[in-house]
Amino acid sequence: MSRADRCQPDNNTQRASSDNSGRIQEHIASVALAPGNAVMRSLDQFFEFLGESFLLVLRTCSFIFRLDVDLREMLRQMAIIGVASLPIVVVTVVFSGAVLSLYMSQLVVKWGVGGYTGAAVGLSIARELGPVVTAVVVAARAGSAIAAEIGTMQVTEQIDALRALAVSPVQYLVVPRLLASIVMLPILTLIADITGVIAGYGVAVVNGVAGESFISSLKMQLTTYDVTMGLIKTLFFGAVVATVGSQQGLRTSGGATGVGRSTTSAVVKSIVIIYILNFFLAYVMFGGKTAFL
Amino acid sequence: MISAVNLSYAVGKNFILDGVNLTVEKGESLAIMGMSGAGKSTLLKCMGGLLRPTSGSVIVDGIDLAQTSEGDLNLVRIKIGMVFQYAALFDSMTVYENVAFGLRRHRHLTEKEIARVVREKLAMVGLPHTENMMPSELSGGMQKRVGLARALALDPEIVLYDEPTAGLDPITSAVIAELIVKTRDQLGVTSVVVSHDLATIRRVAKRIAMLHDGKIVAMGSTKEIESTLNPIVRQFLTGSAFGPIQITR
Repeated sequence: MSRADRCQPDNNTQRASSDNSGRIQEHIASVALAPGNAVMRSLDQFFEFLGESFLLVLRTCSFIFRLDVDLREMLRQMAIIGVASLPIVVVTVVFSGAVLSLYMSQLVVKWGVGGYTGAAVGLSIARELGPVVTAVVVAARAGSAIAAEIGTMQVTEQIDALRALAVSPVQYLVVPRLLASIVMLPILTLIADITGVIAGYGVAVVNGVAGESFISSLKMQLTTYDVTMGLIKTLFFGAVVATVGSQQGLRTSGGATGVGRSTTSAVVKSIVIIYILNFFLAYVMFGGKTAFL
Repeated sequence: MISAVNLSYAVGKNFILDGVNLTVEKGESLAIMGMSGAGKSTLLKCMGGLLRPTSGSVIVDGIDLAQTSEGDLNLVRIKIGMVFQYAALFDSMTVYENVAFGLRRHRHLTEKEIARVVREKLAMVGLPHTENMMPSELSGGMQKRVGLARALALDPEIVLYDEPTAGLDPITSAVIAELIVKTRDQLGVTSVVVSHDLATIRRVAKRIAMLHDGKIVAMGSTKEIESTLNPIVRQFLTGSAFGPIQITR
């Protein structure tokens, strides 16, 4: 065996060990960069979602401004999104108003300012509870249905069939849902506000607050501005629910699992956006106003 | 009537169609055959203006679909009827509403005239008296026939069929194949049929193109393809597990 031959295994071992150390370095680098990569990926997805949603709103608005609206489908969606959501909206806001009034009346009676229960309950419901709880309930009920229906149509090629028949899925599916949501959310919220305040009144009276003082403080403190601004907020929330539901539905892929994923994602994204948007809307609408106390 | 020139379609770096060239003459019927995943449906969707090619062009009636805006694509799509693999009927509507869908949106017809066209198309596909049924009440074969009636409602010049007989029993498959031939001969429409079902291809096609790995590997008359020595086509026609096509999935 020549010297060179004898050296061969050594070279191999060296190469193998340098290969290994390279791989380990790569592995360490990938582990170290993993959180950063994950953040980048989430940011990527977030901006992609924002971009797609924004484009969808633009395309939807272009049909609305051209008055290219299927009124029959819009009415059908108003029934599905609005009327069918009414019972659950009323139940949730009634009990939210009731529990708010329960704490509030105990507290104000203890502090000796029982006369403020009506104002506190009324303002909270008109400005926040009514609009936000209604929007969250509609996002959970109707937003999920929008994503599931459009998502199923996407994976079963019904969206392609619409396009093949020269019908825009945005015009046929998204426009009526967006308009229906925008029209129905304020109506639902107004009903929710009224029933919520009535429930709050009942609970306050049972807890020792005088009925007349509840109503008089409500009348004194709750202005048309509060109610109107609360309702205007829901126009935005309605747009969010329909747009996010439709966007998630339209980008569905991967069969039944994909539809499930889109549905969950539509609800989660809508609710998060509603809460964030609510803060900024509240800041703009009520930020400088000291109507309460 | 339809031509694809150097047509490629990629998802990320994965080329599903890679430089496809083919022409379909007016009134002829071309079958595109190939394995599952060869890119047949993608090619059909590019021809129907449903997918925009990554590069190259698809020219239908002198209009390059790759360069046409979404709005103008609708003018071309009206001339093309599309029959989907799983029928893709609108499941919230009755059979009648499915067939009437395109008519309501693109033709100014009275309800009476719409009803006449819907009945005529349903009779043509051999499904009278199903108007009030929902798609879920129909068998797979019936759904595909309603899908064909819906595609024919706007009297298209081209009909694209995506796996028209996949998942159907041989007799229903034969009925559908006969229907495709009848549609072509009676209405003079140009037909493109994507399929991996040899019996259907032999019944309906005058010309065959074999698509493999996103490329057209052979194209010719039915006779030429049946007698070709191309090993990929031979393996496909004989249904052999051994040959140049290796299934790695």
